[in-house]
Amino acid sequence: MKPTLEINDLTISYRYDKQWLWAVRGFSLKILPGQTYGLVGESGSGKSTIGLAIMRHLSKNGRIDSGEVLFDGVDLSLLSIADLRQIWGNQMALVPQNPLSSLNPSLRVGEQIAEILRRHGGLDRRQANDKTISLLHDARVPDPERVAQSYPHQLSGGMQQRVLIAMALSTEPKLLILDEPTTGLDVTTQAAILDLFRDLMRGHETAALYVTHNLGVVARICQRVAVLYAGEFVEDASVTDLFYKPLHPYTDGLLRSVPKLGDHQASIELQPIPGSIPSLHNRQPGCVFAPRCSIAYDRCFEERPPLEAVSDGRHVRCFRWSELMSGEISLRRPEVQRETKKEQASIVTDHSKPVLDIDKLQVHFRRSRSLTDLVQGRSGDVVKAVDGITLSLQKGQVLGIVGESGSGKTTLARSVVGLVSRTSGEIELYGITLPPKLSDRPNQTRRMMQYVFQNPEEALNPYRTVRQTLSRPFVTLMGKNKNEAESEVYQLLAAVRLPEDYAHRLPSQLSGGEKQRVAIARAFATSPDLLITDEPVSALDVSVQASILNLLMELQSNQDNNLIFISHNLAVIGYLADLVAVMYLGQIMEISEASSLYQPPYHPYTEALLSAVPSLDPKQRQVPILLTGDVPSQTQLPAGCPFHPRCPRKLGDICKTKIPPWRKTRRGGRIFCHIPIDELEASQIESVAREAVNIGDIGSG
Amino acid sequence: MTRFLLRRFAFLGLTLLLTSLIVFTVTQFLPGDVARIVLGREAGQEQVEAFRQEFGLDDPLPVQYFGWLAKFLGGDWGRSLSTRSDIYPVVMDRLRNSMMLAALTMLIGVPLSVFLGVIAGLKEEGLADNVISIGSLSVVGLPEFVTGILLIEIFSRRLNLLPANSSIPPDASFAEALPMLILPAMTATLVLLAYIARLTRAGVVEELKKPYVRTATLKGLSSVSVTFKHVLRNALLPTITVIAISFGWLISGLIVIENVFNYPGLGRLIVFAIDRQDLPLLQAVTMVTVLVFALSNLTADVLYAYLDPRIRLG
Repeated sequence: MKPTLEINDLTISYRYDKQWLWAVRGFSLKILPGQTYGLVGESGSGKSTIGLAIMRHLSKNGRIDSGEVLFDGVDLSLLSIADLRQIWGNQMALVPQNPLSSLNPSLRVGEQIAEILRRHGGLDRRQANDKTISLLHDARVPDPERVAQSYPHQLSGGMQQRVLIAMALSTEPKLLILDEPTTGLDVTTQAAILDLFRDLMRGHETAALYVTHNLGVVARICQRVAVLYAGEFVEDASVTDLFYKPLHPYTDGLLRSVPKLGDHQASIELQPIPGSIPSLHNRQPGCVFAPRCSIAYDRCFEERPPLEAVSDGRHVRCFRWSELMSGEISLRRPEVQRETKKEQASIVTDHSKPVLDIDKLQVHFRRSRSLTDLVQGRSGDVVKAVDGITLSLQKGQVLGIVGESGSGKTTLARSVVGLVSRTSGEIELYGITLPPKLSDRPNQTRRMMQYVFQNPEEALNPYRTVRQTLSRPFVTLMGKNKNEAESEVYQLLAAVRLPEDYAHRLPSQLSGGEKQRVAIARAFATSPDLLITDEPVSALDVSVQASILNLLMELQSNQDNNLIFISHNLAVIGYLADLVAVMYLGQIMEISEASSLYQPPYHPYTEALLSAVPSLDPKQRQVPILLTGDVPSQTQLPAGCPFHPRCPRKLGDICKTKIPPWRKTRRGGRIFCHIPIDELEASQIESVAREAVNIGDIGSG
Repeated sequence: MTRFLLRRFAFLGLTLLLTSLIVFTVTQFLPGDVARIVLGREAGQEQVEAFRQEFGLDDPLPVQYFGWLAKFLGGDWGRSLSTRSDIYPVVMDRLRNSMMLAALTMLIGVPLSVFLGVIAGLKEEGLADNVISIGSLSVVGLPEFVTGILLIEIFSRRLNLLPANSSIPPDASFAEALPMLILPAMTATLVLLAYIARLTRAGVVEELKKPYVRTATLKGLSSVSVTFKHVLRNALLPTITVIAISFGWLISGLIVIENVFNYPGLGRLIVFAIDRQDLPLLQAVTMVTVLVFALSNLTADVLYAYLDPRIRLG
């Protein structure tokens, strides 16, 4: 079969300060009709650059140095811009990242689709509008007529992405380039979008290049995958080969640095890749990965390894791949059977006084009014961000909070530390009620609770050196003088494994992972009894995440303090936490031990979340996403059980009208559901078994 | 929309009330005795007393303020201290003149500067951008009396196309006044030009960087469609509000230009009132000026809210 896209030995450079630095070199790839090809890499790997180079739409400071891009056998570099405009959006389409900013904010989304149909499909205005509605319908957009009349900001992120997919598929292009289309969306939305995409591609001859940093996504929808590291094409293979037998140390490192569902820190240690990706300016001769590679030898630092064919359609760029393949050397440290150095805290606790006790906490905001609200004379709606949460934390426990965006997990954390005031309810620290506002809390309390924010880029003052940032809490909260404070800084740096001379650096001189280390060091400065971290790794590259998670766990167990870890990532939460609270619409749906979170019985919402997590095992058949629709508006919470409108196991009217009871599981967890525990367990075990049978079918067929 | 407008109008009323208080207070602190200035040095003490009596200058300040305010709202703006004529028709006449000049300036200046700004923005760092940016900056650096006199020199003295003196007669219609309006309007345009063009350029440059422009381009749309339908719709939003606000400036801020061309606008009336310490006149002109400014600001806000669906529909 003739490939739809063929790239041979492509090299791309960017100009910085009058010199051209290579961003991608020696990249080759073939995509056949109907194939979905994954292109995996972290930030700075050049993956988006390749996507744009294929479309011949590099930014002004970028150029293709050598190599060729053949689209359907035609060398695109020979075409004029006018010819390209005939191909763009017609035979070749892009589904971009950040759906909101990729749509024109002041045009109705229907028109943004229809204009393509008029341009390439030769339809008149009415035909184009009708076709738009049917395209939106195919993209499973509910109420397509209304959505077509909406402006982008009126739609949820998932809906916006569906619009962009409908747009890209509107002309049935031969090639689709998807540039991180689900990054920034909730896992549940991501799973729904991936399922939609897979269904839409089925039975079509469309070839697709799926650019992502997320290996799980690749396992879910791609057939083949190429791995990029710092602009270098390091490996390509079928998805199964790559996940089961990675031949490049980087690929292997990536796979090892993300926890899988069901892993727990008590038994499995994450093995991070040391260091971080070099910038365009700092690329050494030899293998680009050598400085971070555990099996690199002298030759790797001097000579660039060639891309070698391992077997048909499988390539790797490493001097030692054959040793890896034969098993002579192994990258995997002997599976660390941790000497269970830490007793996994149990939910059934001694009845000593809890560290943190939250009782019927509510946080409501009044939303400011839009112009239409004003026109219609509506007052601002009340957003019930947190609506009645009760939980307590015993000494040394790690609590994980998981939920989709809009579940109120961040608001809960912020009201605990006093960054937002609670509307009602109590928060007690060691039995003492905390004032709602941070400014009313004594320094003593502030010292006992610290917070690590999601985005280290924004959490550090760009004009303060690391030393100034780190000595600050000693002066303000610990009452030390400046000299004492500064001597403490070096101990902190050592604790987070940063060299001493980093004390004089400014945040702009640090990588993302290093910044987050500084932010963590700052939080640990006061030896807090309770540390709250809000998605501390989600803004970081995958290869850096593991080392930050390990660091957090190490500091936590050394000081034996409490940690509240907020994340949308169930695998990470399950890995770190002793207790997991699953939040939905400002309420807790389930709270249980991490070890029992993955086995029935679980709350139907937990079950749905689990179905959304892309598995890193391509052979494991992915359960289709159980969740439909978006998180409802927090201004009009559903009556009865808040989850009933989306619940796949809804019983009937009782769920719509009555608030569910808390049901205790045998393992000490609590589930907020009308379905009795035994029934829930029986039906969920049955579903798991059914999936297992299906997997068997695939295996034999 | 009604509620929004009502709210904004209530604010407008408050603003004006506050201004009236400030205007009134400030005018009390102007140096010199009004009666003495009006009547001249030779006037006898009795004449001065009679004058003070007639204009209520001896009453306590709050009484004077509320009396003035009540009358002002009722349309009785009093009589000028210096010319002894009714203030209301004079101010209205000047306001009309200023509006004509402002309208013509907008008519010439806005399309021109937006056009130049768009070109510069689309060709960022290119030749056209450099010519426009440097050109408009060098023009804005020149004071209005220099550009005004230069224009008179060229169009009036050398080419003899347009009159140098723009003292239009009272009740002249727009068509009659037009030849005399062109030169002052061109001078004012030169001031606005750099400002609006640079703002437009910045808006276009910023919008071009946004991902939706790439989306539009990669749909294969023509560059005309990408520019006009997608980019400008968003890029011109900030410009539109600035244009609305600058209308206020055109009404009352053209003092230098009005002087150069001898144009009977509101700006010169202010100067006149200050010169003569003509308090009632000064108060009236200031209030009108503030009203015009407040209204153009309000228009800008409403326009912006209406044009941006993100604000209109929340």
